[in-house]
Amino acid sequence: MSRWFGPATVRVIEHQAAVQRRFWRGSVFGYVLNPVLFLAAMGFGVGGLVAEGSGKVDGVTYLAFVTPGLMAAAAMQTAAGESLWPVMAGMKWLRTYHAMITTPLGPADVFAGIVTWTGLRATAGGLVFVAVGAALGGVRSPWAPLAAGVAGLTAAAFAAPLAAFAATQETDARFPVIMRVGIVPLFLFSGTFFPVAQLPAVLRPARFASPLWYGVELARAATLGRWDPTLPVKAAVLVAVILAAGVWGRRTFTRRLVQ
Amino acid sequence: MTTPLVEAEGLVKRFGDLVAVAGIDVRVEAGEAFGFLGPNGAGKTSTMRMIACVSPPSAGRLRVLGMDPLRDGPRIRARLGVVHQEDTLDLELTVRENLLIFGRYFSLPRPVIRARADELLAFVQLTDRADDRVDALSGGMRRRLAIARALINEPELLLLDEPTTGLDPQARHLVWDRLHELKATGTTLVLTTHYMDEAEQLCDRLVIMDGGRIVAEGSPRDLIERHVGREVVDLRFTDDTERDAALTRIGTDGVRAEVLPRRLVAYTDDGDRLVAGLGTAGLHPAAMVVRRAGLEDVFLTLTGRSLEE
Ligand SMILES: Nc1ncnc2c1ncn2[C@@H]1O[C@H](COP(=O)(O)OP(=O)(O)OP(=O)(O)O)[C@@H](O)[C@H]1O
Ligand SMILES: [Mg+2]
Repeated sequence: MSRWFGPATVRVIEHQAAVQRRFWRGSVFGYVLNPVLFLAAMGFGVGGLVAEGSGKVDGVTYLAFVTPGLMAAAAMQTAAGESLWPVMAGMKWLRTYHAMITTPLGPADVFAGIVTWTGLRATAGGLVFVAVGAALGGVRSPWAPLAAGVAGLTAAAFAAPLAAFAATQETDARFPVIMRVGIVPLFLFSGTFFPVAQLPAVLRPARFASPLWYGVELARAATLGRWDPTLPVKAAVLVAVILAAGVWGRRTFTRRLVQ
Repeated sequence: MTTPLVEAEGLVKRFGDLVAVAGIDVRVEAGEAFGFLGPNGAGKTSTMRMIACVSPPSAGRLRVLGMDPLRDGPRIRARLGVVHQEDTLDLELTVRENLLIFGRYFSLPRPVIRARADELLAFVQLTDRADDRVDALSGGMRRRLAIARALINEPELLLLDEPTTGLDPQARHLVWDRLHELKATGTTLVLTTHYMDEAEQLCDRLVIMDGGRIVAEGSPRDLIERHVGREVVDLRFTDDTERDAALTRIGTDGVRAEVLPRRLVAYTDDGDRLVAGLGTAGLHPAAMVVRRAGLEDVFLTLTGRSLEE
């Protein structure tokens, strides 16, 4: 088995970047427009309502609360978009992965490359989010750029298991189900838009099963500049998810491509 | 003696209970053009995938470039070129980008890749389409691009799985022409096909596969002379009684024939004599063609089936 990460992984990243470059105008537009729209709607719209009520959420303005939540959630969305249909395309529709593995690259390199690429893309998206958030007044801490790294980590924690799963599928029939039953609920209930404390007590422990919640917590700690001793544990959980899904994905990619 | 580029002994590929390749022996020497000819499902692609080191053999021994595919896969693949049966190009990239990106998979320096990409585009006559998206190319152009892409690492061995299937005659001739050129400059070619004219055109030596086995091996001329003789007389009749009468007649001359519904395919070294013999006996087939024997006839003789059903 090849290495988890090395020059071969970088070759796959170069391919992903070349494909992406064809769409870069569209994606850069999205990178900037999305945060602006979301932060404006949530921060000022919902934030205005909050200001009329209790005034603060979790001790800060609603804009400051929701900015890191949206940032981590956007990273998750990026990962879902990059790891289901594009993997099916590489395996089956365009079969570009089959071409890759006739070179010195192997299936495990392809897997590692697409997960890493997704992490890098989400990191770039996170930086834009931090900048827009800072401009709008939702980001104050000098530690905030770390949140972009959190976005990358969060994206990889979704990309790895989703890509691993996609490689086991013959059609894309289950992908919309994953989006509706998996991604959307996590998006709404991982402390993204409101504190988990608002949920009924019986539902609150469910957050521990959501990789997004760990991402949101870490991103929020960075943009608000709040240190607490559970942060390394939360980061470790995301890393553990990536590693476990990495073992799985290396296997599913190999089984699918090398028959 | 130099080591063969491909050396297989008792090579087997199973998919569950299905035996796709049922123990074949193959040797491909440097500089030759070697073919696998066979009908759909014969096991050609399965064999090619094993040689390309992207499919582990189920049993038997396989050496490619003198190395073991299981242990040295990446090192072997670095020196191979592969053209798949189906397209595997990046449709959303341009023609040139497909080459540039592929060269990077071999960790070649960018200036080297750029120079080779220009040469290869000229070689496959796609220079004027270099900046078009692959989406916009015809099937024949895509196949030529796939060949150019497979050459970006200057491979010692080029594997081509059905290089012209689905192409119109003109596009096929263009591909053949390029492959002849490669052959002339010393690239070893291994290709699969189910067109006998392609095998006759391109291959120095070939094996005929059927149901995962090799049923014959040799040069095209060799195979034809050994298994069918020089000429073929293809006879059509209005009914099977006439056919049987003709069969009896030519049988007395010791000529072997394949019996098909209202049709006889007779193998002989002298077609005109056979036809004259039938006329003397008062037998007049509805249609009659005398032609040079081809690999199609070899396949028919060996398996009792036509290659393209
Ligand atoms: N990945 C696979 N899983 C299961 N069966 C397979 C697989 N690949 C090939 N087969 C089976 O193995 C047999 C040989 O297939 P193969 O593709 O090698 O034939 P082929 O000679 O290339 O045919 P064609 O001319 O149609 O391309 C077929 O019965 C095919 O269905
Ligand atoms: Mg095939």
